[in-house]
Amino acid sequence: MDKKLITEDGRRLDGRRFDELRPIKFQIGVLKNADGSAYVEWGRTKILVGVFGPRESHPKHLAMPDRCLIRARYHMAPFSVEERKSPAPSRREIELSKVIREALEPAIFVELFPRTTIDIFAEVLQADGSTRCAAISTAALALADAGIPMRDLVSSVAVAKVDGNLVLDVMDIEDKLGDSDMPLAMMPSKNLITLIQMDGLLTNEEFAKSVELAKKGCMEVYAKQKEALDSHFRIASKEEV
Amino acid sequence: MTNQIIPSVKRRQIIELAESGKRMDGRSLTDLRKVEIKTNVVEKAEGSATVKFGDTYVIAGVKFEIGEPFPDTPNEGVMSVSAEFVPLASPGFETGPPDENAIELARVVDRGLRESKLLDTSKLCLIPGKKVWIAWVDIFILDHCGNLIDASSLASLCALLTSKLPKAEVVGDEVKILDEYAPVPLRAVPINITLAKIGDKLFVDPSLDEEEVMDCRLSVAFALDDQKQEKICAMQKGGVGTLSFEELLRAVEIAKVKSQELRKLLPSGEK
Amino acid sequence: MFKIPINFGTRQLVVPGFLLAEGKYEAGPNVYNEGDKFYSTVIGLAELRNNVVTVIPLRGCYIPSVGDVVIGKVVDVITTAWMLDIRSPWLGVLFAKEHLSKPLNVMKEDARDYLDVGEMIIAKIISFDRTKNPALTTKEQGLGKIQRGTVIEVDPTRVPRIIGKKGSMISMLKKDSGCQIYVGQNGRIWISGKNREDEALVAGAIKKIEAEAHTTGLTDRIHEYLIKNRM
Repeated sequence: MDKKLITEDGRRLDGRRFDELRPIKFQIGVLKNADGSAYVEWGRTKILVGVFGPRESHPKHLAMPDRCLIRARYHMAPFSVEERKSPAPSRREIELSKVIREALEPAIFVELFPRTTIDIFAEVLQADGSTRCAAISTAALALADAGIPMRDLVSSVAVAKVDGNLVLDVMDIEDKLGDSDMPLAMMPSKNLITLIQMDGLLTNEEFAKSVELAKKGCMEVYAKQKEALDSHFRIASKEEV
Repeated sequence: MTNQIIPSVKRRQIIELAESGKRMDGRSLTDLRKVEIKTNVVEKAEGSATVKFGDTYVIAGVKFEIGEPFPDTPNEGVMSVSAEFVPLASPGFETGPPDENAIELARVVDRGLRESKLLDTSKLCLIPGKKVWIAWVDIFILDHCGNLIDASSLASLCALLTSKLPKAEVVGDEVKILDEYAPVPLRAVPINITLAKIGDKLFVDPSLDEEEVMDCRLSVAFALDDQKQEKICAMQKGGVGTLSFEELLRAVEIAKVKSQELRKLLPSGEK
Repeated sequence: MFKIPINFGTRQLVVPGFLLAEGKYEAGPNVYNEGDKFYSTVIGLAELRNNVVTVIPLRGCYIPSVGDVVIGKVVDVITTAWMLDIRSPWLGVLFAKEHLSKPLNVMKEDARDYLDVGEMIIAKIISFDRTKNPALTTKEQGLGKIQRGTVIEVDPTRVPRIIGKKGSMISMLKKDSGCQIYVGQNGRIWISGKNREDEALVAGAIKKIEAEAHTTGLTDRIHEYLIKNRM
């Protein structure tokens, strides 16, 4: 546990400043079968998201008379981590699936599609920290790609406390050896939080600073999301009708 | 899935009542329900406790077993928290393996206990890399009347606080369990407080009615660090609503005050 | 009246949550408002027409609308109705009375004798309000079971492009190929020609329109394509 996470010259192990994101590259419309899809390389974290629906609910008894049912599955490939992970969903994956769904659902106009289901499948191909944040941000793009009406995109990032410093966009080793980890997701143009979790030890003041830093990070992720949508759909926007 | 339909009449009622700072059960927005703690309720468990938050009723039991450590922490014992929503607790609970709600509950409780470093797992090692104590914390929901997270956290905490660890003798590669007990090596004590957001109001210790109509909830656990400074050690938002940044920080401030109040109710000798 | 200028250029690409306008406007399709603020709900092209803020979606499933003619595929047969995949979030329902000229005698006949799973029909939407499955009818001129020809699919948001301004593209396709072509609002297109080669030619042309929808001079290029590829 004595490994230093911050170098002498105040940089993180991958050379980043405290408030710097890793390189993030979103791609949209990467799957043929899915109604919407997106892929991200977020540092070394790699996640593929496919969205299906809205479609008739199966089994039928799941259907809700006044809105659409949102289902999300966060799943890690067995080869995505150092030691092979069993492909059966773990308790962690079941919990993350729930919080990811709850982070995205506020953005979706569920009331427009009663008795139907939207399925969001996130497959983590390689995990290097902040996988839930990357999955949420990528899923928001896959939902937009599916043409599903949304209030806003959802952007997400994690903040950690390592060696006494608050750092943005947590990589695996910072999560494992750091003092705290706080993933946050928000609807950026609405300024509303849709996911907040935290573990570790923080004073109320440190917590408030973490939230501030996460918000700044989310706005940067948002800019990259818009950029990805813009470059994918720019051609189509030239269309004449 | 008719139980997922939000009763709009009830929601309006709760929101309008809250305008004058009141709740349907007579509490103010920041009042906890009456909390009752009983410990050592199951003799065969090494630790046990029942906790009531109003009518919400939860039992937690601790069993110690000898097992293998995780490969990455060969010198540390293991703590495992599980939760069961048994069908007698609610017409909405069904038999079967734990669903996402039970798993989330167990993991939120686990995070509070783990991040506060309550259990000193380094003292639960018997033979490094081979044999360690495993503390199994099992939560059973007996009556679901809202705020299962706080009741379950408190029950697990009290079960651990009052549990006794069997003494063991290590001879070579063998471990012999003696018929004597020692207190469990414990450190900082986490206290969890949950608030529900309904409309633009925050409700401490939400009742089932309030949970049914809430936009979302926020659970915050506090513990004292090595310097006895009070810190946030775990947090979880649940539900499909949103929080503004102002609401988040306000909820954390309220939770801090309420955790201090709940801390005073712990079995004597604990802080 | 004071108005904050619109926040977008004509046919600007916008994303969900994009603030389109502030002021006394009206929300058109794919736009929602919170008070005086108007936001896009989808990825699409923003437009303002007669004070109504609209976004033309670039992606999305088919949303039924009464009066639309669609091409459906039978996916289930229940006692006195057929359930149809119409590429929308909800299955369409075609009751026997909306398809047959006399009542279905369930004691003697099977609905499958008239329409079986896998068959396709051209039908019109007669009711839909999102709470019930869209209901369809085939009891109008030009509607009914598809007996021959080819059916292809395009993205439902591309349908206006395939029809073209005032039907220019589709008329040209029909004229040049000699095929009968029916474009369902749900992005299924029925092509019926003298032979399979003609149908394949039209199918190829439509795929080309879909792929090159953003380019200019498309109608002319499709015309050349048809002439060149026709034997």
